Amino acid sequence: MSDTMAGQSAGQTENLSTKSGANRSLWGDVRYELVRSPVFWISSILVLVILSMAFFPQLWAQTSPNTSGACPLQNARVKPSADHPFGFTNAGCDMWASLVWGTGKSVIVAILVTAGTVILGVTFGTLAGYLGGFADTIISRITDIFFGLPFILGALVFLAIFPERNIWTLTAVLTVFGWTSLTRVMRGSVISTKQKDYVDAARAAGASDLFIIRKHILANSIAPVIVLATIGLGSFIGAEATLTFLGVGYQRPTVSWGLLVSEGQNLALAGFWHLLVFPSAFIVITVLAFILLGDVLRDALDPRTR
Amino acid sequence: MGRYVARRLIQFIPVILGTLFLLHLLSTLTIQVVGDPVRALFGENAPPAAVIDQMRADYNLDDACLEQPGNPCLGLFVDRLGQYAGGDFGINFRGRAVTEMFIERFPVTVRLTIIALVFETVVGILMGVLAGLRKDKFADNFVRFFTVALVAFPTFVFGTLAQLFIGLQLGLELRNSDWAPDWLGQMLNVGYNADYPWLSLVLPGVVLGSFSLASIARLTRTSLIENLRSDYVRTARAKGLRTRRIVGIHTLRNSLIPVVTYIGIDIGLLLGGALVTEGIFNIPGVGQLVWLAIQSNDTPVIIGVVTILTIVFLVANLLVDILYAALDPRIRYE
Amino acid sequence: MSETLTENRKRQPRSPLSGVKFDDSAPLLEVENLQVEFHTRDGIAKAVQGVSFTLNAGETLGILGESGCGKSVTAQAIMGILDTPPAKVTGGQVRYRGVDLLQMDEKTRRHVRANKIAMIFQDALSSLNPVFTVGWQLGELYRQHAGASRKEARAKAVELLEMVGIPAARDRVNDFPHQFSGGMRQRVMIAMALALQPDIIIADEPTTALDVTVQAQVMALLADLQREMQLGLILITHDMGVVADVTDKICVMYAGHAVEQANVYEIYERPGHPYTKALLESIPRVDQKGEELTAIKGLPPALVNPPPGCSFHPRCAFARDRCKTDEPPLYQLPGNRESACHYWEEVLNS
Repeated sequence: MSDTMAGQSAGQTENLSTKSGANRSLWGDVRYELVRSPVFWISSILVLVILSMAFFPQLWAQTSPNTSGACPLQNARVKPSADHPFGFTNAGCDMWASLVWGTGKSVIVAILVTAGTVILGVTFGTLAGYLGGFADTIISRITDIFFGLPFILGALVFLAIFPERNIWTLTAVLTVFGWTSLTRVMRGSVISTKQKDYVDAARAAGASDLFIIRKHILANSIAPVIVLATIGLGSFIGAEATLTFLGVGYQRPTVSWGLLVSEGQNLALAGFWHLLVFPSAFIVITVLAFILLGDVLRDALDPRTR
Repeated sequence: MGRYVARRLIQFIPVILGTLFLLHLLSTLTIQVVGDPVRALFGENAPPAAVIDQMRADYNLDDACLEQPGNPCLGLFVDRLGQYAGGDFGINFRGRAVTEMFIERFPVTVRLTIIALVFETVVGILMGVLAGLRKDKFADNFVRFFTVALVAFPTFVFGTLAQLFIGLQLGLELRNSDWAPDWLGQMLNVGYNADYPWLSLVLPGVVLGSFSLASIARLTRTSLIENLRSDYVRTARAKGLRTRRIVGIHTLRNSLIPVVTYIGIDIGLLLGGALVTEGIFNIPGVGQLVWLAIQSNDTPVIIGVVTILTIVFLVANLLVDILYAALDPRIRYE
Repeated sequence: MSETLTENRKRQPRSPLSGVKFDDSAPLLEVENLQVEFHTRDGIAKAVQGVSFTLNAGETLGILGESGCGKSVTAQAIMGILDTPPAKVTGGQVRYRGVDLLQMDEKTRRHVRANKIAMIFQDALSSLNPVFTVGWQLGELYRQHAGASRKEARAKAVELLEMVGIPAARDRVNDFPHQFSGGMRQRVMIAMALALQPDIIIADEPTTALDVTVQAQVMALLADLQREMQLGLILITHDMGVVADVTDKICVMYAGHAVEQANVYEIYERPGHPYTKALLESIPRVDQKGEELTAIKGLPPALVNPPPGCSFHPRCAFARDRCKTDEPPLYQLPGNRESACHYWEEVLNS
């Protein structure tokens, strides 16, 4: 009340002057930040390479280790040489070809799980955050209960019961245990967006709930979900490989990174270091690429966290 | 404070019941869909039906509702709760009680987890503080890069590589040398050694804690930077306090609040990671029990141990929540 | 000077100030040509450009201006608690009893804070540490500066809380900041400022975050204590009502410049700068009910690359061509007042 007009106009100016006159939108700002970031370029090129290996392995290694005759036994555990810089696996396949053709196994599960968790997370998070009340209580309590079950332990129990494990069982189990964190983030994001004045304004203007959700809520609360989903891709690749390593993921004779590491663990101690180091490097670089990309996106979307 | 603890205890009951029910529900539904694990155990050369039925009865898998897909088997759940309350978490395929095996192996896992927790909190907080105080300087960039890289190493990858390069190659060098003390060689070893119950768990503990170390460092850094900007720091400076006191007492106390919350979640991660680490380093803990059960398809052991670990996790989380309230008065008096 | 100081510290570890020769005959506080810059992403912002004033014991100086005009930066520069970087004091002097604080080493200057000059901030909730009790935070001053024991510090804290009129101080000393009401919290801030009996209190918008009725109580308390202890008080505000009641003289700031300084009656009677005049005209007044309020048109200039000439000229009703090119100096007006306007005579007589 005691504020003079001068005081009020000064408040507005501060907002204006911090933008230094440049009239960029949020996404324009994000693009500006990203294009200037070398980490963004490195990680997105890596991601593209990984995706192309996953979907078009023949571009990177002509013969699949699954074709007959590709893995002569006399080549088993042969160390790297000039012709085959990655050496040969325990089964006698070329290590490079095995890793390239194994990419898809990990990446596709991660993509499916990410898609599944994003759909579930956005749906339930929006419902809980927007509707509030009873729906919110139910959804929040369910996520609380899922958080009571440590991720790896929970996934392990169910995969152990399945007699057969493949892309679909892995996807199903990882999705069941992975949807809750996205739901929580989306819920929080929606709640903070819902309190914005423009949502009240839209409601006062008679917009329907569906319209408000579509036009205002989703558009303005999706940013943290994009970041988390990108990082999630990396961590689901790690999770799948961990479960496979433990023996409840992909089974032999499937070629997958987790299996190669598990195979390489003991043999590496016996002197065949390449059996462990190369599969490990593939996993680490892939996970790193997605995490870096997510990190850069987060910094660009919310400069405050830097 | 007493009121807060009481409220947290009351809230704890539905959470633990809910989590156990979730575990029960998902395993029941899976068994209903894919068939019971006893049959899967034997595969094609199955023993006579009478033997299988006997085993099913032993493992609580003979309930009729397990053959009705979609039935939540509430009766079975109540029975199980009763057994859990009596300390009965099932038996393995050779008839040994899971509880007994668990108690026998639990101390090793506790030691491993303590080493991991101490390592990750001490080093993590130090790195976070260093980075936060030197924001955008070399130390900060180093910590930021280091933590991202660390997160990219899944525990099993880091564990197997550490075993090869540190435990075997570096460790062997140390153990064979005249100059290195014995404890150093024992600390960096390929596996567990009962003669050195703490020392030989250091390398596995570091592996286990490294993932969370990164999270704690980043959390501390962000939180410290945010708190350093806050108004109460300006007040502390206006009070003429030493910088060391402003950072070390006023800011750090506030910055550690989110770290404590994280440690609560982290105990779940550590218990899951202990399974991998104990498997790799051949540590006779609870995790190895599960590791071996996976290899022998001993499903009842997996379910039993995971159930106990889940309860351990929830109780640990409760304790962390109470610690959290001790640190943050705003929560206490809510 | 620093050598004698370290020697002094050895003998009396708690009081490095005893080595500084304060001149009791000099004015309490003299700020001369103070300059502060901020290094931002968009360039260098000149937040304070040549502010000067004098404060004597028992006197109240009001610093008046819109948010962003540099009044809080001035206060923090005097206290020496600016965030450096991005901020940097690039020139001028801040003399306390004749000694320039800007030349003092940080170890000594730390003791000037709270012991000689204390500060009260606007938002008491965020300005108090949320995780320590109010008693602990008050007692900390005695424990750190006077070497008091825990018990002594606590007793002092209770005394302070009683002095600023907090009921049941003995119990409330164990409460956390969030358990107090807004007005009570601001009283705690005042208590904290007074703890070590400083000579100067800088109050930065001390009542802005409070309800109007509570504002009056807190202001009255501050004014009473100031009179009682013969403090020099610097009151920073954007509220012309607050300054009118309690201050002796006023310094009006605009875009980092002190544009007018005068005795409080003169400034209300006959403002000597167009900006002050515009500010006064934008206050709603009961006796002008029904008439339209005059808002100041336009916005204050950006502090990075400000316009040449007088920084107020784009919004000024008196502006001529000269104002766009010539930066006005501080003109001495009759009656010991100052104005940074080429046409001050015209403004005074309008």
